Amino acid sequence: MSEIAIRVEKLGKRYSIGKRERYHALRDTLSDALSAPFRWLRHGGSANGNGAPEHIWALRDISFEVPRGEVVGIVGRNGAGKSTLLKVLSRITEPTEGRAEIHGRVGSLLEVGTGFHPELTGRENVYLNGAILGMHKAEIARKFDEIVAFAEIEKFIDTPVKHYSSGMYMRLAFAVAAHLDTDILIVDEVLAVGDAEFQKKCLGKMSDISRGGRTVLFVSHNLSAVRSLCGTGILLENGELHGRGPIHNVIGEYSHGLARRNGSGMHSQTLGPTLRLGRLKIDPSPVTTGEPLSLTIQLVPRSVTSVKEIALLLYSEYGARVAVLDLRQHGLRNLILDDEPFEFQVHIRRLPLVEGKYRLGFYIATSEHADDYLDVAVLTVRAAESHNGIVPYPADCRGYLDLGFSVEAEVAMQVRR
Amino acid sequence: MAAEATPVLILRPSTGFLRLHLRDLWEYRELLYFLVWRDIKVRYKQTALGAAWAILQPVMTMLVFSIFFGRLAKVPSDGVPYPIFAYVALLPWQLFAFALSESSNSLVASQNLITKVYFPRLVIPISSVLAGLVDFAIAFVILLVMMLYYGIVPTAAVALLPLFLLLAVVTALAVGLWLSALNVKYRDVRYTIPFLTQFWMFATPVAYPASLVPERWRPLYGLNPMAGVVEGFRWALLGKQHAPGPLLWVSIAAVVVLLIGGLRYFKKTESTFADIV
Repeated sequence: MSEIAIRVEKLGKRYSIGKRERYHALRDTLSDALSAPFRWLRHGGSANGNGAPEHIWALRDISFEVPRGEVVGIVGRNGAGKSTLLKVLSRITEPTEGRAEIHGRVGSLLEVGTGFHPELTGRENVYLNGAILGMHKAEIARKFDEIVAFAEIEKFIDTPVKHYSSGMYMRLAFAVAAHLDTDILIVDEVLAVGDAEFQKKCLGKMSDISRGGRTVLFVSHNLSAVRSLCGTGILLENGELHGRGPIHNVIGEYSHGLARRNGSGMHSQTLGPTLRLGRLKIDPSPVTTGEPLSLTIQLVPRSVTSVKEIALLLYSEYGARVAVLDLRQHGLRNLILDDEPFEFQVHIRRLPLVEGKYRLGFYIATSEHADDYLDVAVLTVRAAESHNGIVPYPADCRGYLDLGFSVEAEVAMQVRR
Repeated sequence: MAAEATPVLILRPSTGFLRLHLRDLWEYRELLYFLVWRDIKVRYKQTALGAAWAILQPVMTMLVFSIFFGRLAKVPSDGVPYPIFAYVALLPWQLFAFALSESSNSLVASQNLITKVYFPRLVIPISSVLAGLVDFAIAFVILLVMMLYYGIVPTAAVALLPLFLLLAVVTALAVGLWLSALNVKYRDVRYTIPFLTQFWMFATPVAYPASLVPERWRPLYGLNPMAGVVEGFRWALLGKQHAPGPLLWVSIAAVVVLLIGGLRYFKKTESTFADIV
């Protein structure tokens, strides 16, 4: 048996962008075909029309090796190329250049419940979904009881899944996925399912898998999950490899990179096809617990667009969601933006956060596209000075919130020292 | 486990050289089975009449044809009672028309699978073509009843029926490969399918006999493979005419050309499906 499970050499993936319409209009190709008969047939119908096409390299010049049995976490911001890398390695899409060698059977879980059909029963969906993930019928039959027990839905297994609650649906979907038994497993974000209890169970299952000697590639925004499951990591930035090594170093480098970006207050991150973040100023930075905080945010439209919804997302350093600031509630909705940048400020009167680093992101829905944009900036919170000389517990024991509170007690209690 | 050789997979940009990877397809035969099974299982869920639809559609069409073409227009039917003459042709025609439209839309309809999981993409149009066979089998029972009623005993030619059925399925698949792959890129295809099947039916001897076409044009008529299929069905089951002859050979040749072209185009565009669907 070979010692290497995955070898990637100078891998690159290019996408064409810049065309406003999502699909080709047939008339364009027809007119191209008339001016250059048969050319479009030879190019598989991918005539680019006149003018140079715009391309974007989602991945470029990626090389790395993964030894057999290693569990690798892939970290990076939105759009860094993580999902593209997983898609290329799981054969969903072809690389544009370079090559990858995969030694062993691959299973990929880029989504849970792929191919679930609402009209079919839980039992039928287990078989269908299993087959889609590449399992054989006999294999599914053998693991069937285990899958159902894991999902905790024994009673409803013969009910159509359209009658399931979303929690039951996700549990069943994850249960099938978790029993995929291949040499190499490629996993994207599937842990974000179900209630807290079930998430814990999923994480437990994942760490069983990762200890079982299999090779795993794992992408998640939950950095604490990545940290606890993976031995080594890969850091991607703008489609390029920016780090490879022990997971602690890779996560450290990633967080460091985020913090560095904060200094100037100048940003240029794309937020979907029609928007760009022009400016994000955190004032003051760092901010002190209990003090006021102002965020100045500038959105720059790249073309006329309508911003339906905006929310600010606040995460802990390791990816747990701490708060959502729903800006719709304050009138920011259905904004038509044309050429002018749009700037607004968000004020928080008393920031009730325990000291530490928090990650800021956006949820933005425009008329064209809706998505989460995580890791736009890092919010650094400093501890307030203690007035009474009692040293607080360490920050990592105190959760996220610093609630203002007062105590009323009878004097008698104070006597017992 | 150590005895088993580890499969090695090389991923790289596809070159001009086209291979079908039929072994890969064979590996995924169970997925093919499950997709066919899903389509059949789901098709008549939440319908009041259920599988009766598989019978109602050809039977109603046969009645309409018998009244308008058989009775009123007095279209000749090669000496066979018109209702059974039309029904024998409607069976493969409806199989074909259904399989064609299902397979043409199949890739777009399976967008969620294509962008999330790898499997040989050929599985999708093939499964939607095969799922039509169940309706065909149900409607076939009615044909047997009608043959009993009219006292028609098939000749030895009936042994060739599976061949004509295969020809119908392969024709649907060949066209479905072209259209499903084109549909990924040009959603215009979806709107052309109802017209296409309508025109195609008039170009096929469903409501009228192929003998209406002058003898010397008949081999050319065979360029429409469904003409060969329909004539073959009539010959194999009703046995009153002579074998289709040159028309059939032209049909088979036309299907082979269509199929090879369809496979080539499909395989060529396959690698971009996940990016543009």
